Amino acid sequence: MARRLAAFSKNGRFAAPASALFFGLLALPFMGLLGAFVVSATVLLFRWAALYGLLERRPRMPDFLARARGHVSKLPPAVKGTAPMALLSILVALAFVLDPYTLDVATTAGIYALLALGLNIVVGMAGLLVLGFAAFYGVGAYTYAILNTHYGLGFWTCLPIGGALAALFGLLLGLPTLRLRGDYLAIVTLGFGEITRITLNNWDSVTNGPNGILGVAPPSVFGFSFDHPRHYFLLALALVSLSVFLLKRLDKSRVGRAWVAMREDETAAEAMGIPTLRLKLLAFSMAAFWGGVAGVFFAGKQLFVSPESFNFLESVMVLCMVVLGGMGSVPGAVLGAVLLSFLPEVLRGVDQYRLLAFGLAMVLMMRYRPSGIWPEAHRALEAKEARNG
Amino acid sequence: MAEALALKGLSMRFQGLQALENFGLLVSEGEIVSLIGPNGAGKTTVFNCATGHYTPTGGDVLFFGRRLNGMPPHTITRLGLVRTFQNIRLFGSMSALENVMAGRHCRSRAGVFSSMLALPSAVSEERAIREKARSLLEFVGLSERERAKAMDLPYGGQRRLEIARALAAEPRVLCLDEPAAGMNPSETGGLMELISKVRSLGITVFLIEHHMRLVMGISDRVVVLDHGVKIAEGKPQEIQHDRKVIEAYLGQEAPVA
Repeated sequence: MARRLAAFSKNGRFAAPASALFFGLLALPFMGLLGAFVVSATVLLFRWAALYGLLERRPRMPDFLARARGHVSKLPPAVKGTAPMALLSILVALAFVLDPYTLDVATTAGIYALLALGLNIVVGMAGLLVLGFAAFYGVGAYTYAILNTHYGLGFWTCLPIGGALAALFGLLLGLPTLRLRGDYLAIVTLGFGEITRITLNNWDSVTNGPNGILGVAPPSVFGFSFDHPRHYFLLALALVSLSVFLLKRLDKSRVGRAWVAMREDETAAEAMGIPTLRLKLLAFSMAAFWGGVAGVFFAGKQLFVSPESFNFLESVMVLCMVVLGGMGSVPGAVLGAVLLSFLPEVLRGVDQYRLLAFGLAMVLMMRYRPSGIWPEAHRALEAKEARNG
Repeated sequence: MAEALALKGLSMRFQGLQALENFGLLVSEGEIVSLIGPNGAGKTTVFNCATGHYTPTGGDVLFFGRRLNGMPPHTITRLGLVRTFQNIRLFGSMSALENVMAGRHCRSRAGVFSSMLALPSAVSEERAIREKARSLLEFVGLSERERAKAMDLPYGGQRRLEIARALAAEPRVLCLDEPAAGMNPSETGGLMELISKVRSLGITVFLIEHHMRLVMGISDRVVVLDHGVKIAEGKPQEIQHDRKVIEAYLGQEAPVA
């Protein structure tokens, strides 16, 4: 305590009020005098609490989550087996209850979930930091837009084509970067993302440049064309559920295990007979496939594509979803995508400050639950065993 | 007896440093051969060259008569030459069981699609992988800890787990790089038993070790390396009395003036 007090008087006495003042000034033009005062006071209290070590007993929130998961894992298998179906039924029912606006946001969340599931393969499972993921998203979206407006191909035909073409791009990105690790890989993939966006922006004859492509046809089922957010929501639900189902199996399979092994220690993985170069290419193309599928869906929903939608910020956003949900965790990727898609809507009230609040949420998350909301299974298991003795 | 591993005139040069010079060694099938030498003698370099982590600048690596030079490590492992690491390199966040299961990778074939669709072949293969991994954990005495995260195991346990993971790849020759490093005497005793058990499975053992009681206790032959050059080779008793070996370890006796 004495040591903390000493540290407090030495470092914190001025730092805490200074940051309180700073945040207060930031808030002033948007929230008025009273609002700014509340913000300052909150910041000040928070900083002082931190200085006194009141925030050190940190497992409060994780404990709650871990305990909830503990209860879930103790449920009888019959209940656990039917839980996903029950959840799915509830979501289907919600499609007929919720208003179009909420359904639209939920559909966007579904698209992000597909993207996060894809990125999770390469970043979460295989441990390769890719910062240009929006490129594959763009490839998928433009594939559908071009094939539909020029050649009249339908949504369902383009869904696998867009995925496959994106996977091919993933392979193309993978090949020259196979021997790069960590930061170097991140920079090259970032460059790749930008190259793709700039190409879309400038290749007028094919992509119609910055004006984008208008008049993409919506998906249709048995001659009945999608025209209500509910239809898109149900499609998103179907695609995400199918992806989760497939990717959970993949995660637990021989290939998923090899990816995680490679992430943990590439040299050891190679020495254990895992062909790391081939598995990296596989991870890139699988991830890109999901990115491409998400892109086709996006184009079918917006009925318009332009290069703006596939910028660097999108890549970062999807990465945040994966990190927030828990790297390498399939349900985590979906959860992260849903949370970060709805968060801006919830924060719409603070308008200009959405990004700030968003950043704050990320920082708090990393401080209190660095392994994500829904960490990979073996990690969670270990945490539970450690607690039980 | 068949020639399991033959290193012929092996040289490894890192720019100015000659780490290994014209090194020759034969390991026959079923033997336990130990490679010893002072720190920095080039022992691990021998392993790295043999298992494809380095491409030797000269000489040949022959494995049951097959030339391994230039092959990537995973191919060499699949052929049956498997190694462990001096500084334990487990897959830290995976459970003990998953670590061993990962070692089965090169002995299984299920791909992305058969796994995602849960085809019967993939399901039964996965079950076989799990069973094999369980039996290997039992073999090294870690059955109780199969769900523990690898990095949470005690030091000796991690060493054993690394051996189990290597055994999962079905080696014909197992290269152990200082498996007793950092172990206490009782753990070392257990390790000696384990290595003998491995040999009784018909697996040839090529060992790098500093722990003399272990080396002298289980080796059929001992090879001594100093400054990248082989200075002695023979049965354990012969090595213990070799003047050159004693000099390499303890320094030269001062000439009587």
